[in-house]
Amino acid sequence: MQKLGEFKLPQFFNYPPYFTLQPVKETREKQVQLWKELILDYCRTQKIFIIGLEEEFPLFSNPVIERSLSHEGREAFLSALVSEGRAEWMDKGHRKCLILWHRIQDWADIILQYVKDNGLEDSVVTIEEIRSGTESQGTELYGIDRTILNRALKLLEQKGKLVIFKGTSADDEGVKFSV
Amino acid sequence: MAWNCLPAVDVTGSGRPVLLPDEIECYYLSSVDLLCEEDSYSSFPHLKSGLLILTTHRLLWLSDSAAAGAGSAYAIPLGAISHIFSAKKSLKAMFASPRVRFQLSMSADGRVDASGSGSVSRSVVVTIVVRGKGDVDAFLAKFWESWRGRAWEVQSAPSSSSGPGATANSGGIYGSDGTVRMVGVAGILRKEQEQWESTDRSLQEAFHDLNALMSKAKEMVMLAEKMRQKLLSGSNSQTNAGDEEMGSKEEMQDWLLSVGIISPVTKESAGALYHQQLSRQLADFVKIPLERAGGIINLIDVYCLFNRARGTELISPDDLLQACSLWEKFDVPVVLRKFDSGVMVIQNKSHSDEQVFAKIKILATKPEALRAGISASDAAMTLGVAPAMAKEHLLSAESKGLLCRDVSPDGFRFYINLFPEIDLHDMRLLKDHGVYASWVKAIHVPG
Repeated sequence: MQKLGEFKLPQFFNYPPYFTLQPVKETREKQVQLWKELILDYCRTQKIFIIGLEEEFPLFSNPVIERSLSHEGREAFLSALVSEGRAEWMDKGHRKCLILWHRIQDWADIILQYVKDNGLEDSVVTIEEIRSGTESQGTELYGIDRTILNRALKLLEQKGKLVIFKGTSADDEGVKFSV
Repeated sequence: MAWNCLPAVDVTGSGRPVLLPDEIECYYLSSVDLLCEEDSYSSFPHLKSGLLILTTHRLLWLSDSAAAGAGSAYAIPLGAISHIFSAKKSLKAMFASPRVRFQLSMSADGRVDASGSGSVSRSVVVTIVVRGKGDVDAFLAKFWESWRGRAWEVQSAPSSSSGPGATANSGGIYGSDGTVRMVGVAGILRKEQEQWESTDRSLQEAFHDLNALMSKAKEMVMLAEKMRQKLLSGSNSQTNAGDEEMGSKEEMQDWLLSVGIISPVTKESAGALYHQQLSRQLADFVKIPLERAGGIINLIDVYCLFNRARGTELISPDDLLQACSLWEKFDVPVVLRKFDSGVMVIQNKSHSDEQVFAKIKILATKPEALRAGISASDAAMTLGVAPAMAKEHLLSAESKGLLCRDVSPDGFRFYINLFPEIDLHDMRLLKDHGVYASWVKAIHVPG
């Protein structure tokens, strides 16, 4: 089976029509679903948070069969993810897309779990620590995208689970949990 | 009624009368009754509200249901008509349906005598009652013309040498393979004879045309004379106001216009009938080319073939389209079909897409096709149709979900549709049977 680094590609990745936007409704629906699943699956395992439409993205071309996805196709499949709440456009021009293999709500739950696991209730940590601290190593939070982390923390702040402190720079922004 | 005095006419599958060789249709009238004035003459059929067709040889009467193949159709040979009465102008006639009366000769055994000679035992007067719209005066003029033209006599002379059977089959575009086969010396001799005859015939026709030209020339001379006088009178009264001159110019334009249009009224009044008849004729005609093309044929091809068969009386693409769209209303074995791409074809009603799709499926699941897909020309070879047609078939197979497309720098190809077989919840799952499995097998064979 073909691989992209560690990622095992499904067989249909070598199916040329997979790379052509199908015009027939039913066929296209299935194609879109398969692309959505593959993108989410790939991003989750490879910890990819942002897909740039104009940049190289390994999934969007298959040198083995010499096929690559057109810009129209990329936008169509990512838009399908956006409409399901599994992605967000980061700019109006749809050039960058934030992939949410966990929804923001799910990320918030993961943070709470992290707080509980490390006994951080009522403590203060910097945001950077959540992303790259020793406690977060081996969890899904390790290396999380800054935008997603901020969004999840904001959600928790709204729920009164924590307070965000503005630091002098982005590096020393901190949060005080009050779970 | 055990029998009747009029010969029956064969009707084609689409409800058109089968014409004699060299017979040409001249005029159509709808909703026509044919009445025999002597009520006692019971062998004259009861003909109510049908289509009357005047040809160079006969008067054909088709009941409305004849189109469906159930009704009746009769012919009155023009040769049996001994007199056509001129129309009566009376106050009563203005309100009643227009009528045309003629006298019909009967032979001794009570049948209509086509030869019009010899044993005429009696004659009856038949009335044509025109209930529908139609220019009866124009009809009457044509009726006289055809009757006087005696086309049936001209035709019978050459046909006697090549045998009646042969000519009957090769009449107009209905001819299939009725021609006599050319074999050996006899064939060469026959060919010589035919060539000689056709030269003779074309010479005759040329003189016919000359006659027609001369009769038209007479009209033209009259018209020219009229115009000259009008212009003269105009120049005499040059001092008159400009508006009168304008008036005369308009009048002159009217005349000039009337020279160009042959019979505008007729075309208007017979417009509906024209397309209807054209439609039926086309349905008959298209059968053979359709068979040859495998049950489906491009409309453009039909247009070319049909006009080639018509020779001089060409029809416009618009007329063809209109004729085809009228098929929905008649019981004909062919239909007009429009593909999603806009390509229009004529196909047999019995033609089934399923058969085509089955063939495409077999083609698309061959190992080579699984690997590299199929192009329109691949399908054209398998299906035995033109590549453009094959592409339409592939596109409709695609829209049915049988195929899907691959657009790449290499071109536009179709693959068997694997999408429905792929498990959405386990993308890497591979069942050991089905098209998906055989596709995986096929792409891994070369290495």
